[in-house]
Amino acid sequence: MNVLGKVGSIFTDSCHTAGGVFLLLGDTLRSMFRYRIRWDQLWEQMFFIGIRSQVVVLTTGAFTGAVFAAQVWFQFKRFGMESAIGPTVSIAMCRELGPVLCCLLLAGRVGAAMAAELSSMKITEQVDALRALGVYPTEYLIVPRFLALVISAPILTGLALVTGIGCGYFVAVKIFGVDGAYYWDNTIKFTDSKDVVIALIKSFIFAVIIAAIACHKGMNCPPGTAGVGKTTTEAVVNASLSLLIVNFFLTVLLNALLYSN
Amino acid sequence: MLQLKEIRKSMGGQEVLRGVNLKLGEAEKVVVIGRSGCGKSVMLRVIMGLLQPESGEVFFEGKKLTGLSEEAWNPYRRKIGMLFQGAALFDSLSVFQNLAFPLREQGEKSEKVLREKVAEALKIVSLSGTEEKMPAELSGGMKKRAALARAIISRPDIMLYDEPTTGLDPIVADSINRLILHLGKMFGMASIVVTHDMVSARMVGDRISYLHEGKIYFEGTPEQVDRCEDPLVRDFVRGHAEGIGITG
Ligand SMILES: Nc1ncnc2c1ncn2[C@@H]1O[C@H](COP(=O)(O)OP(=O)(O)OP(=O)(O)O)[C@@H](O)[C@H]1O
Ligand SMILES: [Mg+2]
Repeated sequence: MNVLGKVGSIFTDSCHTAGGVFLLLGDTLRSMFRYRIRWDQLWEQMFFIGIRSQVVVLTTGAFTGAVFAAQVWFQFKRFGMESAIGPTVSIAMCRELGPVLCCLLLAGRVGAAMAAELSSMKITEQVDALRALGVYPTEYLIVPRFLALVISAPILTGLALVTGIGCGYFVAVKIFGVDGAYYWDNTIKFTDSKDVVIALIKSFIFAVIIAAIACHKGMNCPPGTAGVGKTTTEAVVNASLSLLIVNFFLTVLLNALLYSN
Repeated sequence: MLQLKEIRKSMGGQEVLRGVNLKLGEAEKVVVIGRSGCGKSVMLRVIMGLLQPESGEVFFEGKKLTGLSEEAWNPYRRKIGMLFQGAALFDSLSVFQNLAFPLREQGEKSEKVLREKVAEALKIVSLSGTEEKMPAELSGGMKKRAALARAIISRPDIMLYDEPTTGLDPIVADSINRLILHLGKMFGMASIVVTHDMVSARMVGDRISYLHEGKIYFEGTPEQVDRCEDPLVRDFVRGHAEGIGITG
């Protein structure tokens, strides 16, 4: 009975949180059109998210591409399938590794920063001070963060793809001695523009998830400093897990939509 | 101009306000005193619409504010200024940007006008020259004064002060009391001042209200409060004076 009660309360809590996240998302979209955009805030966030995350994202992309190319080479050379390494690396990077890993890192870096910043503003009454000055917090705090992440994530993912595929090429061709022209030719021949579209759509949706969960957590922080730590951790964990789960359904859905014929 | 009717509000499962009635006239200054934790800050938050009461109403200039949506409150909030107990400066913004914030929100764009107004407001709270400092670089008392400057810079019709003189040295505290009086005289600004400081209460209050167990227990002019024979009120007023006597 007790276990059942616990499971039940976890379930209702999750539903409650999910509902809160969707409400916040709706409110953010509405506020985006209702109020004028605060460009200075948006630039500041774009700078933090878009520019300052580049090192992290590029490193992720580069080493993922490199290690994947190496692993694929180890396996494929046994069957004499060296010519398939290029497209395998590039398609895997575009469809899964690029957007998923890039956005997981963004969840860690940007999601944590958003949740921590908003929750410390919340517990030090700065959010209330904002309200007291007649400013709607969603419009001032959340919209710029949301937009900045949603714009930056696809661009960063694109960069990660380019470096990942480039590093895959470098590893396969320069280190393991696969024929370069052949590798490149096959990569281009088998990588569709749809693969890139999948990468961009996925990273866009992941960015929406990260921003919505991190902002929701931050704005609902329990009082006290311990609340900030807990909120930040939960934001990153929840965003990462939701992202991975959504990724599965998104993969199935996009496959059905883009390759229906 | 502002009226609270039977406000009830629970916080964390405990009923903090149990039917508060309070009236604030044009340019009137009401001091609210009460034991620590009795719900004074909660009351100010209810007036500001930061907390929604379970029942009761807040009227501002004859308009009922309770029940308005978060965004519908905003135009009224701009006419009411609030000094938070913990200052609540925006810590990512400099003092100048903090003070300019309400003016910018109300559409002031000229950098020159903003500079002038901010300098003037800082002078009033004796913080001249701290424009470029960040809130983290200010002492507790300085933060409080900067927050006060931010709250009054757009000349609201009503000011809510949550312990404006707590944590300030007696000289600055006195100047804050004078400032509250001055704003009332010059701009007809009405105020609600929450304080534990009886000196300040006697000095600025047209009326003193004693909040006890979630209700306004006693209300009267400073003289009436001093003459009041009710043990609870007397203990509060005297308790404070005796405290000073012992430490001084
Ligand atoms: N966010 C909150 N969650 C739960 N309980 C709260 C919250 N805020 C205030 N309370 C409770 O409400 C009561 C009134 O708090 P309030 O801050 O209004 O006191 P106060 O009269 O301003 O005290 P002080 O003079 O010390 O500032 C306290 O008992 C407090 O425990
Ligand atoms: Mg208080």
